[in-house]
Formats: sequence, C-alpha cells, structure tokens
Amino acid sequence: MHVRELELDLDAFEGPFDLLLTLVLREELEPRDVDVADVVVTFVERLVEQERLDLDACGEFLVLVGALLELKARELFPEEQVELADLDPEEAAEELARRLEEFRRIKEAAGWLLQRLEAENDRYFRLGPAPLVPRAELRIAPQQPEALAAALRGLAAEPPAVSLAHMGLRFPPVVQFLERFRALLRRRRRFDFEQEAAGLSRLEQAVAFLALLELRRSGEISIEQAGPFAPIRVSAGAGLRSGSGSVSREGSQSTPEEGDSSWNVRSA
Amino acid sequence: MERPLRLISTNSAASAFGEAEGAPGKLGDELAHTLEALLVVASQPLSAEDLAVAADDDLARVEQALELLGERFSEGRSGIVLEHVAGGYAFRASRAAATACARMFERPVERGLSQAALETLSVIAYLGPCSRPDVARIRGVAADSVVAGLVERGLISESGRDEGGAVRYRTTPLFERVFGLESLSALPRLDDLGGTADEIRDRLEALAERRPA
Repeated sequence: MHVRELELDLDAFEGPFDLLLTLVLREELEPRDVDVADVVVTFVERLVEQERLDLDACGEFLVLVGALLELKARELFPEEQVELADLDPEEAAEELARRLEEFRRIKEAAGWLLQRLEAENDRYFRLGPAPLVPRAELRIAPQQPEALAAALRGLAAEPPAVSLAHMGLRFPPVVQFLERFRALLRRRRRFDFEQEAAGLSRLEQAVAFLALLELRRSGEISIEQAGPFAPIRVSAGAGLRSGSGSVSREGSQSTPEEGDSSWNVRSA
Repeated sequence: MERPLRLISTNSAASAFGEAEGAPGKLGDELAHTLEALLVVASQPLSAEDLAVAADDDLARVEQALELLGERFSEGRSGIVLEHVAGGYAFRASRAAATACARMFERPVERGLSQAALETLSVIAYLGPCSRPDVARIRGVAADSVVAGLVERGLISESGRDEGGAVRYRTTPLFERVFGLESLSALPRLDDLGGTADEIRDRLEALAERRPA
C-alpha cells in the first residue's frame, strides 16, 4: 500500500495524498481548510481493507500527517508560535497552565455575569440621555467694572486728526528752474547740479532735476555723470536756444496752463 | 415642636434624622421631596454628592434622606424602587411590575448577549481597561466584532490607548446598572472563581512527568 497514493475526497481537496502535501507546501492550499481528521479516517478505512497490518505504511502516514498537523497548527496559532518558541517544554507547560487557569476564571466570571443577568432580568429602569443638562457653572474671576470702563474710555477717545497738509503741496514751476539754468549757462560754460541744488528743499530739487531733463531733451545742455551717485556735471549743449520752443510745447502737454505757477499734485 | 416625619414616622432612621439635625421634621421632608424630584427627572444614577449640590444641602443630611427614601421606595412597598447602583441612586420599576413592564418595554442592552460577549465583558470588567489584543490573548480568538457589539450596546466604552497604540476599553456605568452592581468592586473576586485551576495544573504536570525527559 502506498500512502502517497492514498486517494482523498475532502471538502477542500480531491486527489492523492502526496498532491495534497505538495499543494500545502507550495502554499496553494490553506492548511486550515484541510480536515486532517478526514484524512486519517480515509487512511484507517484503507488500512482495514488490507489483510495484514502494513507497518511501513503506518509509519510513513504518521510522519506525513504529523507534518500536516504541525503546518496547520502553526498557521492557526501564529502568535503562540512566536511567544512559546523560546520556552523549554517545562516553561511552555507552565505558561499553558497559567493561561488555561486565566481563561477558566474568565469563563467562570462570564457564568457569574449570566446568572446575575437572569436574576436581574426583572429590573426595569429608564434609559437614555439626560433630558435636562445640568446648568453650566460659570468660572470667571471677580470682575472690576471700573477697570473695564477705564479701558473703554481709552478706546473711545477721538483719534488725532489726520493732517492733509501734504495734499496741498505747491510745486515750484519748472519754468523757474529752466530760466535759472539758462541764465547760469550764459555766465559759465558748465556747473555741478549738486552745487546749484544744494540749498533747495527736496521738492524743489525734484523740480530742478525735471528742468534739467527738459533742457537735456531740447539739446540745450549735455549731462555727464561718472557713475551712479557721482556728481552730475552740466555743460552748455550744441543747439543752444534752439529748443526753447519745444520746451514750451512739452510744458503745455504736462501742464495745461503754461506759465501758471500754481499747479499742484492734484492737478498732476 | 416635635413634628414626626411624614415619610416613615416609626422608622429609627427617621427619628435619628430628626434628632441629629435638631430641626423640625418639615426640613427633612422638604429635602426628601427635592431628592425624589431630582431622581425622577434623572435618566441615570445620581451620586449622593451630585444630589447634595443640586439640593444645595449637606451631604450627610442627603445621605440620611436617601436612606429614608430607600425604605419608602422599596420592593413590596411601592411600584417605584430606589436602588443604589453604578455608584449612585436611581429609581426603577419594582420587580413585581416586571411582567407588565415586559409587555411594554424592550431590554435592548442585554438582550441576546452571547457567551463570547459575556466572556469579553468579564475580561474587560476584571482586567480593564484593556485592548482587543488583550481580550484575544485570554480568550484565544479574535475579539473585534464582539467588542464592537458591546460598544454599540453601551456596556463598554473606549478609555485611552495602550503603549502599542491599541484602543483600550472599560465597562460603563450602564454595565453596572444592567447587572445591578453598586460598583465594579461588587464583582466576585476572580480568585474565588477559578477553583478548579489547580486541578488543571496538576493534570498537566502529571502529564509532563509521565513524558520521557
């Protein structure tokens, strides 16, 4: 009798025993799905059919089915395997006893709870959320109304008036500087812009610089500067006076009323 | 003026109550009435401390008044019974009225608790707060769905996490109420339950000795 050729007819598998083992080892069949008892029963039935006891077959079967059981047990209790692997048999037996004892007690406790439940079965009581929520207790420090009033007074004070003085700033007319620079160039061939603008206010300096650019555009002057922030040197240009007309034309574009000395930021 | 308490005039607790306070019985009556009112509105047990705060009265007086109420509202004397349960006081129906109550009301919390649920409940009641892996380790099978069911019934609730990050559970006041326990300490000692454990141990040890070393 060949154990490996033992024909099996299980729920999860149908075929020879060695194919079953092969599939389990290849993890194509879950050991947990294999009913080992069914395998044993099939083998014993086959054994009974034999005329004499086949000890070799029995030995081989025991080894194989033992391996199968071990695989199944390992899969069913993976954690136990890790936890108990390091224990020697004595310790493992002790641990097992401890756990059985623990479980036994819990089972007894569950039994007690069940009895209790049956004994208390006739106690009816109201269940559900509280219909009224207890009033929340206010937990704030003692208050000082005077301090609050003082704080509010500070906030209620009228803010300082915003100055609108800068809105009415009057620009000196560009023409004033045009005339001034032309007069200067009639006396001297060249001058330093910084020197001429030294005594002026910031605003006047800006307008003076605008005048300088106007003169440069009409070709009345030429400007040199060695580098950024270096002194600006102004000298009389080639086409002196030729651009005076164009200056006034340019001026009429930017200032609607040429000659009006009072245009300001708003009109610009 | 010696005015006897209206509640139970012949009761020793009642006279002690009146004498201890040295106050007219009317005061005791008023306090008892207030406590009745608080308890009938509440849907869960109220502790003596809570009652004292709500009634704005002395804790010792409240406890005495509760004792009086306990005798007035007791099995056989009233359809309403005052019970000391889940760490507080609550009214419930008398056991005599249970059949009538059963015709009208369900008991959804404890209906159909399985053996697995009771075992899980035991583990959590005795060893809690503990996590699902803790329960699974003791019972030997996964506890996830059982634990979820108990949470749904309101018998257990989450109570923080363990070092591994697993949610821990503990039993709720509702558990104590359903099982009629004053507190968890009213559970029998676990040591008294596992009486046959030594037997198991002896059998296992005997087996170990028989096996060749």
